[in-house]
Amino acid sequence: MALDSKIPPGPIDKKWTYHKGHMRIVAPANKRRIDVIVVGTGLAGGAAAASLAEMGYNVKAFCFQDSARRAHSIAAQGGINAAKNYQNDGDSTYRLFYDTVKGGDYRAREANVYRLAEVSANIIDQCVAQGVPFARDYGGLLDNRSFGGVQVSRTFYARGQTGQQLLLGAYSALMRQVGKGAVQMFDRHEMLDVVIVDGKARGIIARNLITGEIERHGAHAVLLCTGGYGNVFFLSTNAMGSNVTAAWKAHKRGAYFGNPCYTQIHPTCIPVSGTHQSKLTLMSESLRNDGRIWVPKNLEDAKAIRDGRKKGSDIPEADRDYYLERRYPAFGNLVPRDVASRAAKERCDAGYGVNKTGEAVYLDFSAAIERYGKQQANILKIENPSKEKITELGRAVVSEKYGNLFDMYENIVGENPYDHAMKIYPAVHYTMGGLWVDYNLQTTVPGLFALGEANFSDHGANRLGASALMQGLADGYFVIPYTVGDYLADDIRTGPIDTKRPEFDAAEKEVTDRINHFLNNKGSKPVDEFHRRLGKVMWDKCGMARNAQGLQEAIAEIRQIREEFYRDVRVTGKANEFNQELEKAGRVADFLELGELMCVDALNRKESCGGHFREEYAETEGPQQGEAKRDDANYAYVAAWEWTGDAGKANLHKEPLTFEEVKLTQRSYK
Amino acid sequence: MGNMKLTLKIWRQSGPNDKGRMETYPVHDVSEDMSFLEMLDVLNDQLVRKGKDPIAFDHDCREGICGMCSLFINGEAHGPGRGITTCQLHMRKFKDGDTIYVEPWRSTAFPVIKDLATNRSAFDRIQAAGGFVSVNTSGNLVDGNAVPIPKHDADKAFDAATCIGCGACVATCPNGSAMLFTAAKVSQLALLPQGRPEAKRRALAMVEQMDKEGFGNCSNTGACEVECPKGISLEHIARLNREYLAATVTKE
Ligand SMILES: Cc1cc2nc3c(=O)[nH]c(=O)nc-3n(C[C@H](O)[C@H](O)[C@H](O)COP(=O)(O)OP(=O)(O)OC[C@H]3O[C@@H](n4cnc5c(N)ncnc54)[C@H](O)[C@@H]3O)c2cc1C
Ligand code: SF4
Ligand code: FES
Repeated sequence: MALDSKIPPGPIDKKWTYHKGHMRIVAPANKRRIDVIVVGTGLAGGAAAASLAEMGYNVKAFCFQDSARRAHSIAAQGGINAAKNYQNDGDSTYRLFYDTVKGGDYRAREANVYRLAEVSANIIDQCVAQGVPFARDYGGLLDNRSFGGVQVSRTFYARGQTGQQLLLGAYSALMRQVGKGAVQMFDRHEMLDVVIVDGKARGIIARNLITGEIERHGAHAVLLCTGGYGNVFFLSTNAMGSNVTAAWKAHKRGAYFGNPCYTQIHPTCIPVSGTHQSKLTLMSESLRNDGRIWVPKNLEDAKAIRDGRKKGSDIPEADRDYYLERRYPAFGNLVPRDVASRAAKERCDAGYGVNKTGEAVYLDFSAAIERYGKQQANILKIENPSKEKITELGRAVVSEKYGNLFDMYENIVGENPYDHAMKIYPAVHYTMGGLWVDYNLQTTVPGLFALGEANFSDHGANRLGASALMQGLADGYFVIPYTVGDYLADDIRTGPIDTKRPEFDAAEKEVTDRINHFLNNKGSKPVDEFHRRLGKVMWDKCGMARNAQGLQEAIAEIRQIREEFYRDVRVTGKANEFNQELEKAGRVADFLELGELMCVDALNRKESCGGHFREEYAETEGPQQGEAKRDDANYAYVAAWEWTGDAGKANLHKEPLTFEEVKLTQRSYK
Repeated sequence: MGNMKLTLKIWRQSGPNDKGRMETYPVHDVSEDMSFLEMLDVLNDQLVRKGKDPIAFDHDCREGICGMCSLFINGEAHGPGRGITTCQLHMRKFKDGDTIYVEPWRSTAFPVIKDLATNRSAFDRIQAAGGFVSVNTSGNLVDGNAVPIPKHDADKAFDAATCIGCGACVATCPNGSAMLFTAAKVSQLALLPQGRPEAKRRALAMVEQMDKEGFGNCSNTGACEVECPKGISLEHIARLNREYLAATVTKE
């Protein structure tokens, strides 16, 4: 099947308006005859379910947590971008569009990104109207901060809990519809398959996680808003339950998977402390506004720190290497994430790491504390303030800005980050890849849509900070309410979907067979053991740096782990009860296939771009030495993979990317 | 691997209809860098390898924000330590040789599903009764800066809005009251101009639903505030009471 991205005609800034004016719509009376399933209640799903219900569709919403409010979006910290230009610093829709395409290393679809930038301002207005308490300045106006990869201040935030506040906004809109009976909420339910009837998505099979009952739900369209798959690495900043099952099951039913290898490794996370580690904790990128990243200049100092003979504060200013400021003077500590992560890895690999494992760099606030302290002393008209007073005042400012993050750090590490520089290291954070969708957010299966992190669409090979929240809400509030109508206009006479059809029987049988296989397997090892092994292979060979040999090894190792998993996994308990081991088994089974496809995709892409860094394809000389080397002539395309029954033998389809607005150049942050 | 040895006394209950009982489990190799939930992971790993049923407990983000984790540890909601959730509790708070008691939230409005996992859907229903601003999605609302909000009010609303809906306030309250949770939402929206028009109706509807769900009455013991991981203040209960009173007065 040829990929059709369905990009509307016309100049880039008119495409969305044109499209909105030309799409078909469903009349209010007919909406009542149409059922829509929304899987996921994060920013994308919560916003979509609430909006579609307001419009009059019958919505069924699903999430695996015990409440819609707990979707992983809740954990986002730093902020959400919008081209409001409140700071009058030259921001505009075009600039946000441009920054996003460039930040994504020219591997995103221009038309989608432009639309995202276009609706971004509406998102802020919508959230304010819902009662989202964004940070404000003393004049009562909305405040902004800067994020990596851009030179304007366009990030809106709510202290360090922006995701929480935005999600609670969407959740309240959703619960309003639940209260009205317009949305039926199914929490503690996990979608385990999508049902295709006559080539169209017509429902899902879900497991009630409390009773274990397998349920059939029919609908005229199915929206997957199920988040990212970063947990294929076992250790990531994602919530423990985040998984790929919904997207993967859709993939196996015909939805192509776009750019699976594009993974974002976030530069500022709390380093791994031991083998018991179950997840990693992000320290928001907003910290890079004020924190300076460094390692010692001398190997001996780094070694002394690792052995506990010296502390960071013992290293004099002259012996510190602020390597981001050194390598990228124009952007300094605010280079994009992929660049910052690789630079940390480079220093640590060279032996400059500053914790026991050698995999940590400093994120230091002492300069900011001093600067803010002096500023405050001036404001408060304190003459000749003592050093202690300055520190005290400066700490108060830093605490006001990042207090909850500092507390979080201290809790986990057991060290006070005001006194000692934070130690950080990159960790898996976000997946740019996901289900391939056209401009309407429809997958290659008619009636099956993907929104938010679950799709591949807007971030190319690298996502800029504060843009995921923007995309999730744009998709859910402002895009899908239009585009789904265009599809559903054909369904006003279809009538309710009959879940007794043989297609539902077959899908349900596959689900129960899988469950029974796990429970009857009587192997010897818990699910987590296989997940950890998979994660290690992925991190070592398909992580921050990749090469052909490593990827080939990884594919063989993953196949081996998968084979052992099916033979030797032990899943306790029964099918018809609350069974968390069983839930994990199903998710890890899917990760074990996805991981292989990620390696296949990474192997295929013989270039470096964004989060995908192939060691063989780096600049070897000149001012950009060591930086990623794209190959636009051969790889300016989206890799959309089709399932053929074996992850290793997926079929590659290419969606060529054409750039009419933005000129392709080497991404330079020097 | 660490070297702490602990004895855990854990509540086991196969389902809502089982009576339930405390069972004793020794755990070894606990390191002080582990979180409490990672320690339970270690125990569960051992149980699964022996073919025994692992302990069911709720968790997701493991960084104190989703509100899913919910353990009553040594008689305290979210265990020792203030301002943290169960998932943020680290083993350095305990000593080698300690015996630790682990129980689920106990409240008639939060029935046990299995072991340490409870059903907190009552909170969702309180929210659905009125915890929102009645505004539809639309691309052409007023500009976000059209109505300036004094920083002080915005900050106060934010403080209330940080509630994670974990239910520790209920679990810790001698009366099993959900006032702190309900008040946090009422107060957040009452403090913002966007929420004002519906403030009274919201207070009435949410309190009514709260009573329907079987939560107890608030007798101002203040226990909730102490155990709330997000430091939601009793001040919000006072604000809820004011809104509620004003609403009942105008209603009559
Ligand atoms: C720690 C952290 C901090 C972040 N900070 C920022 C930030 O500051 N700014 C920013 O822009 N982005 C940030 N991000 C990224 C951003 O939070 C996510 O990309 C975004 O929230 C994803 O939203 P979503 O709606 O697509 O999915 P999610 O919020 O992940 O929601 C997924 C939903 O799908 C449901 N689900 C999944 N599978 C199934 C299934 N099989 N059956 C039923 N339900 C299912 C889940 O229950 C959940 O409701 C951060 C991410 C992390 C990890
Ligand atoms: S008020 Fe506090 S204790 Fe109660 S649900 Fe909210 S965060 Fe939890
Ligand atoms: S697991 Fe999310 S708050 Fe504890």
